[in-house]
Amino acid sequence: MFTNLPFFPQQASAQAAQVDAIYFFMVAVTAFFSLLIAVLVVVFAIKYRRRSEEEIGVAIHGSLALELMWTFIPLGIAMVMFAWGAKVFLDLYRPPAGAMEIFIVGKQWMWKAQHADGQREINELHVPIGRPVKLVMGSEDVIHSYYIPAFRVKADVVPGRYNSLWFTATKPGRYRLFCAEYCGTRHSGMVGWITAMEPADYQAWLAGGPAAASPIASGEKLFTDLACNTCHQQGAQARGPALAGLFGKTIELQGGGTAVFDEAFIRESIVNPQAKVAAGFQPIMPTFQGLVTEEQLLQLIAYVRSLGQQAAAGTTPPGS
Amino acid sequence: MDTVSYLNDGHDIKSWLLTKDHKRIALLYLVSITAFFAIGGLFAMFIRLELLTPAGDLLSSETYNKMFTMHGVVMVFFFLIPSIPAVLGNFLIPIMIGAKDLAFPRINLISWYIYILGGAFTMASALSGGVDTGWTFYTPYSTAAANSHVITAALGVFITGFSSILTGLNFIVTIHRMRAPGLTWFRLPLFVWAHYATSLIMILGTPVVAITVLLVAAERVLHMGIFDPALGGDPVLFQHLFWFYSHPAVYIMILPAMGVISEIVQAFSRKNIFGYSFIAFSSLAIAVIGFLVWGHHLFIAGQSVYAGLIFSFISFLVAIPSAIKTFNWTATIYKGSVSFQSPMLYALGFVGLFTIGGLTGLFLSAMGLDIHVHDTYFVVAHFHYIMVGGAIMGYLGGLHYWWPKITGRLYAEGWAKVAAIMVFVGFNLTFFPQFIAGYLGMPRRYHEYPPELQVWNVMSSAGASILAAGYLLPLIYLTYSMFAGEKSAADPWGAKGLEWEIPSPPPTSNFGATPIITEGTHQYVPSGEVGIV
Repeated sequence: MFTNLPFFPQQASAQAAQVDAIYFFMVAVTAFFSLLIAVLVVVFAIKYRRRSEEEIGVAIHGSLALELMWTFIPLGIAMVMFAWGAKVFLDLYRPPAGAMEIFIVGKQWMWKAQHADGQREINELHVPIGRPVKLVMGSEDVIHSYYIPAFRVKADVVPGRYNSLWFTATKPGRYRLFCAEYCGTRHSGMVGWITAMEPADYQAWLAGGPAAASPIASGEKLFTDLACNTCHQQGAQARGPALAGLFGKTIELQGGGTAVFDEAFIRESIVNPQAKVAAGFQPIMPTFQGLVTEEQLLQLIAYVRSLGQQAAAGTTPPGS
Repeated sequence: MDTVSYLNDGHDIKSWLLTKDHKRIALLYLVSITAFFAIGGLFAMFIRLELLTPAGDLLSSETYNKMFTMHGVVMVFFFLIPSIPAVLGNFLIPIMIGAKDLAFPRINLISWYIYILGGAFTMASALSGGVDTGWTFYTPYSTAAANSHVITAALGVFITGFSSILTGLNFIVTIHRMRAPGLTWFRLPLFVWAHYATSLIMILGTPVVAITVLLVAAERVLHMGIFDPALGGDPVLFQHLFWFYSHPAVYIMILPAMGVISEIVQAFSRKNIFGYSFIAFSSLAIAVIGFLVWGHHLFIAGQSVYAGLIFSFISFLVAIPSAIKTFNWTATIYKGSVSFQSPMLYALGFVGLFTIGGLTGLFLSAMGLDIHVHDTYFVVAHFHYIMVGGAIMGYLGGLHYWWPKITGRLYAEGWAKVAAIMVFVGFNLTFFPQFIAGYLGMPRRYHEYPPELQVWNVMSSAGASILAAGYLLPLIYLTYSMFAGEKSAADPWGAKGLEWEIPSPPPTSNFGATPIITEGTHQYVPSGEVGIV
């Protein structure tokens, strides 16, 4: 039954070694201090064991030098751990520019994924090796958490906002995907597989699936179907702000204040338009909560963002 | 009976259920928390049986989820939090400070009734079908998705919180106002310092969790949009509010255990503590700094990175007072007169397990590493090292140490040693493999798990059965000793402290005349003789 005894997860991403390095350091520190304390306690206890019923110990009240030593040495080690841990976190938090984006939607109890060219999959994710991949993740119901142990990455998937994580897979293979945040009855069934492939195999895999509209194209169609374009257009008569080129910018709000025009802002403006109104416009936009699914929200966001890229770079959006 | 003690001062049910004697109330708590411990342990047994195999073959997923939820709720709110304070603290604090009772004896009795009422709600929730949200009640699952008995369980937690608040209040007032003449703050037993720090957390933190679970109930019943984004709320807000109490709650469990260990290490080394004021102030430091670390539960929940950095930094700081305590206990044994009776075995076990539990907490404070181990069995192993390896070892050590005082009887020391060793071995076999399974990626709260992780789970379940036997033994020999054990002297250990100067079991009013204190506790070398420094 137990032919091999697994001690350590495989390292299949560029991040894995970074996380494991700090892990080994902390294991070493833990082992050192646990053994130090254990040895001291056992040696003292045996060496100074009670030899007669009436025996008492020597009155020692303390030593400032020792107290300072065992305050500041652990403090120094702890600060190294803090700084190291923070650095690894920041490295794992900031995706490099140009990372390939995949949209993930969690719902009880499955993981839906949509690639930039429209390819969809459930409880599976195919990614190329050697290229940074950024997952932009939302939830349709409760909190989930996207966890790939072999890549040492995990992020909570929270309804009402977008969290993301990124990785660069290094070794082709199939790796487990778990939901790590308890989400109800079949939480332990909300699992799947990540398939890391050579880039050429990945392209072949993308081409092999049924033809599907890219998230940007789907978003563009929704933008028209939901009549967003009747208000959000260029020109002085527009009743809503024109969206081209806005993504990533800081915009002025009605009644003062500013907001960054990012994924979360777009999402909030669609489901709860009155929360933040752009300066110079009337709060006339109706809510679309319940009219668009989480996946459609992600498609709309992809489209609105592509408007920015078109305006800035003058090129066609990727994947179209 | 030859002498009148608190135990034979009235024999009818009323004399127990309406008692205002802190010692009798402590026994009421002892019986009730033991019952809850047994219930919580039973839930754990089902969990470990289910996890023997990777497939979910013993329980349904729904039932399994309810098992770990009820295990957490019962163990945290109805066993661990009240355990040492409400039993040993209640019994000992007035005696240790030379008082006849706590400052508010009636409030003390009321807090037991409130605790029982809260427990009744929780049991009602369990018996009517259970609750499946996890003891953390995370939103929006608990408010919008779960269709189990969330409200009843939440009310149970809400109600029992008041018991905790009242106990904390009682301790603080008692320690401030009722110390015997000459008993200055720096002559107080460290057990009392630890309970003072614990009480601060109880009265400052508990109201927040009470409000939070009430908000969960309000959102569930009235659909007020607080946490559910579909109603305009923020689910991460719940996590902030919940952990604002529930992280310090871990210190409610461990600080009193640290107080117990400080007493035992001194008594069984026949030596005063090394670095008294460092141990005393480190309890306060833990209580204060412990309020500022809750965000380390939210590193990957979408919390601001800058907030995360600050929480990570403070989480490393809170480890230092614990390290100081551990080194001071070790130094206390140096040049002592060490005996290996069962309370000392628990204390030595505590020092080892708490060291591992504390150091593995650093893994979770390091942000980059927490990404991987968050919500895995690594976390489960870590907090069981603190709560079981720390708090329960401390509780059992204290119970054995003061048992002759509480009951006036001795227990079978041989069996007690066997039990202490079984608990230590069983504990490590149960929880050490979970560190490895966790780093391999096994998420917590999984009914089914990948087959390659079975070996660690089998070890864990095997350890749990040893641990269970180790817990059953004291139940048997302590119960036996209560009725048929050999009578204990006032001071069976040759320990120093006010509690050992009065008869075992103590008379109802504790002291015939108010004692006058001239020195700190555990001064084994007669005054005048100078110890070697």
